[in-house]
Amino acid sequence: MQEDEPTGGDVNAVIQIAEEKKKQQRDSWSARLTSLAETRDKAEFAAIYGYFAPRVKSYIVRLGMPLATAEEVAQEAMLSVWRKAHLFNSTKASASTWIFTLARNLCIDRMRREKAVEYELPEEEPDPDQRDMAEHSVLEERMQVAIASLPESQAQVLHLSYYEGKSHSEIADQLGIPLGSVKSRLRLAFSKLKAHWGEEE
Amino acid sequence: MNIRHHFDDATLMAYASGSLPKGMALLVACHLHWCPECRERVRQAEAVGGALLEQIEPQAMPDNALQQLMARLDDDMAAEVSSLVSPALLPEGVPAPLHHYIRGSLDDLPWKRLGYGVHHVDLNLGGKGTTRLLKIAPGVSVPHHTHTGNELTLILRGSYSDEIGRFSAGDVADLDGEVHHQPIVDTDQDCICLIATDSPLKFTGLMGRLVQPFIGM
Repeated sequence: MQEDEPTGGDVNAVIQIAEEKKKQQRDSWSARLTSLAETRDKAEFAAIYGYFAPRVKSYIVRLGMPLATAEEVAQEAMLSVWRKAHLFNSTKASASTWIFTLARNLCIDRMRREKAVEYELPEEEPDPDQRDMAEHSVLEERMQVAIASLPESQAQVLHLSYYEGKSHSEIADQLGIPLGSVKSRLRLAFSKLKAHWGEEE
Repeated sequence: MNIRHHFDDATLMAYASGSLPKGMALLVACHLHWCPECRERVRQAEAVGGALLEQIEPQAMPDNALQQLMARLDDDMAAEVSSLVSPALLPEGVPAPLHHYIRGSLDDLPWKRLGYGVHHVDLNLGGKGTTRLLKIAPGVSVPHHTHTGNELTLILRGSYSDEIGRFSAGDVADLDGEVHHQPIVDTDQDCICLIATDSPLKFTGLMGRLVQPFIGM
């Protein structure tokens, strides 16, 4: 954070510095996760755990799981990180996105009491214009900024959907708005976020 | 496969966030197996989840949690066997996630007659709504109906047309309560589709009232 910057300073430059820092951090988690697959270095794993386990736990608690279960599932998610590190592909996702999907799938398994087979996807042919790892982090960095700038009504449905795992109908009931409005808010939010994804450097 | 109809972004976000009911998630996964475009969009929707995971307020794990986990790192891991079948071995019109549930050809399923040239197989996935395969004979039209909740349809074989357009193998119709439609099978081949809803369908008109008790969707 840059709260100590003098007011009237170049705000864009300040934001850039902050983003640059976060980007380096993110790049480094993806790089560290990639190297974990080769080195099987437990100290490295402990560092990844230190950063991600409390976030994963927080995510699972918000999904509505009791604390003890959330901690148990967070442990399972982090164990999956260790065991499946060789499957992490930094050209397809950042470390945080990959870990999010692991945690999400474990939560689905837990709630449905069976394996979420439907989430497995086939390996794909290499895509000719596949983005490189650095670019992926840039994209996610932009997405962070974009999420922060969403109007409250859109951010709210995004949070209810992702953090609380609520279905569109449940969100509609909770907010007292029509189902169609929930969807259109999500669509609007996604199109804004996608615009950041698709932009050229 | 020439796919022309895809999911609504809102549906893919629900899928990526893990909040779709099971049958609908299965249907989305089936389409994803055939559709690189929607796979890319799901990846984007998952990146939203990754970005939100970064932003979340962390909650400390118990003091000994890391230690306990470190002790398990050397355990033998249960073999990670993929349940996916190689695409070459899949029956025609059956995407891998569906194969997990039906284990065979669409022709060998225990189709039950619903009347009016319509047969169905309920996948009995439980939970809210229904997930079923529907086989509709050429020229047959499904009664006019609207949806109280959401309905997803994936065409596995054949095609149909309705007020929205023409749907053939691989296409999805992603509809909610605002849509009122009457699909009709428009070739000389049966149309087989996977349909998942999160609430019962509502048929309208006389025909609908007559057929509702039979179809019970």
